[in-house]
Amino acid sequence: MTNTSTIARGGGNPPAPGRRRHSPQRPAKASGLPPWVIPYALLVPGLMVIAGLLLYPLFQMIVISFQKVGIPQINGKKPADWVGWDNYTKVLDNEIFWSSLRNTVVFAAITVTLTLVLGTAVGALLNKLGKKMSTFVVVGIMSAWAVPPVAQGVIWRWLFDADAGMINWVLNLLPDWLSSLLFGRSDWTGEPWLNDAVTIYLVLIVCVVWASFPFIAVSVLAGLKGIPTELYEAARVDGSGPWRTFRKITLPLLKPVFSVLTILSIIWNFKVFSQLYVLMNGPTNREAFNLSMFSFAEAFRSPPKMGTGAAIAVILTLLLLVVTAVYVRQIVKTEEM
Amino acid sequence: MTPIARKRLTKAALNAAGVLVFIFAVFPVYWMVSTSFKTNDQIFTTDFIPFPTEFTLEHLDRVLSEGVAGNSIWLYMRNSAIVALGTVLIGAVFALLAATAIARFRFRGRAGFLVLLLIVQMIPAEALLIPLFLNVKRLGLYDQLLGLIVINVGLTLPFGIWMLRTFVAAVPKSLEEAAWIDGASRFTTFWKVLFPLVAPGLVATSIFSFITAWNELIFALILMSDSSGYTMPVALQFFFGQRGTDWGAIMAGSTMMTIPVVVFFLLVQRRMVTGLVSGAVKG
Repeated sequence: MTNTSTIARGGGNPPAPGRRRHSPQRPAKASGLPPWVIPYALLVPGLMVIAGLLLYPLFQMIVISFQKVGIPQINGKKPADWVGWDNYTKVLDNEIFWSSLRNTVVFAAITVTLTLVLGTAVGALLNKLGKKMSTFVVVGIMSAWAVPPVAQGVIWRWLFDADAGMINWVLNLLPDWLSSLLFGRSDWTGEPWLNDAVTIYLVLIVCVVWASFPFIAVSVLAGLKGIPTELYEAARVDGSGPWRTFRKITLPLLKPVFSVLTILSIIWNFKVFSQLYVLMNGPTNREAFNLSMFSFAEAFRSPPKMGTGAAIAVILTLLLLVVTAVYVRQIVKTEEM
Repeated sequence: MTPIARKRLTKAALNAAGVLVFIFAVFPVYWMVSTSFKTNDQIFTTDFIPFPTEFTLEHLDRVLSEGVAGNSIWLYMRNSAIVALGTVLIGAVFALLAATAIARFRFRGRAGFLVLLLIVQMIPAEALLIPLFLNVKRLGLYDQLLGLIVINVGLTLPFGIWMLRTFVAAVPKSLEEAAWIDGASRFTTFWKVLFPLVAPGLVATSIFSFITAWNELIFALILMSDSSGYTMPVALQFFFGQRGTDWGAIMAGSTMMTIPVVVFFLLVQRRMVTGLVSGAVKG
């Protein structure tokens, strides 16, 4: 706990007895705080923000999920009524909840897998490329990652547009026999991708994978760069093939990177909102809701049902908490705190 | 095949793969920008027009003059900029103080605070929507950019502190100690020694917060009812009209929204990656 350098930084105050063994004696200066108070004083603004804007609202959300909150309560005209577990039973009885949950989980599973596979492949590729080529590709993929989520939605909505979209044009280019063989059809003119829940998610998967593989690729690249080359040389001397080298050296050494990347990707993809909002033009298609969209729609579409909205948000948070616990454990293990 | 030929072939194949990845990443962005410069004839065609052969500024001109939802797009850009800059200014000060505490002092509760930071980063913002909406209303900040700024500070601060602490830790303590022995006060030491050295990290952290606040959709959507307070992400929704979409205009608007982010992003991308994966990459 006591760390000499910290104590040396203890400021111009008379030291607490026995705490400033290594620092020169200094006269008291005007800062007026005993040294041990300083870190806490520095933390106060940050803690206030975290408590006031994250922790307390989290608590409020749980409270609201047991209340009925409609327009009179929003306007402060009436106190909220306690309704016990009503909101939860209502949510669990709602078909939309189950389709939202399914959409959330299936979408996250597919997207996380695809992003990780594509990102790792590109990361490995970047590691093999020459310096110039690698910089060129990194700048390219970074610009995809940088596009704001709303603009991502706009771009892919346009690419998948029924009449003038690029995707239908490309699919029409395929030779008829191939298109029929693959998709059972040859004419894609006017194909409305964004009318149906399944195809909306197809577009969403493409959109999110496109926007998020660069982060995985660059992180994997950083991980690969950190592996000492002697290990690979030794493996080559021992006659280890590329696949074996990958499995025995690269994979184990990158394991911590992969676990953090997997967890972050799960967390991000579990609550995708902006892109979905743009692709389906607001909370319109209830079959295509995910949990965040469902909670949003319950709470903010008239009539507002904030109680059930909060219940859905609580369920979403609980699901993410499980994943977060794994993440925190991983970071605490690898990082010296 | 000789080994040299094989080596060349492998290299060519790798470079080709690199180019493919580049195209896959950049093409959609390019398509957005190029669409915004095409005439409507070139946009609404079933043909493929790889680049605008008739280059036009009409869409850009339209979003700037007529705008959308009753205002020029400049107003929305300005609102977004105010929210993002406000978030950065408040957030940077708070983050620097907290990061200094973590990186420079060992105190009781330090590890607990770090774990708290990690956990609160993961609270889905969507989950806080309802209580924050009610609180903002009660505090009279509804329909005000300040309300959005406050919320964005909350959303960005935990990661900001987490990212900045590594920069503070990287400044050698001996420098401060030297200034300190020379008789500088704690405040002078902080201001004259630590602050300039942490400045690059502060810039990186600020850019991260700027981008997050700039991109934020869901809170802006519910906290701004008057169109004069819309930010860019909200305003863009209004291009999707009842009768068909003005794709030229929405592409011009999206391009305007995207350019500052991409520029900032390319400046600090390496730091953001290390910030996010932090310890894990060190292996």
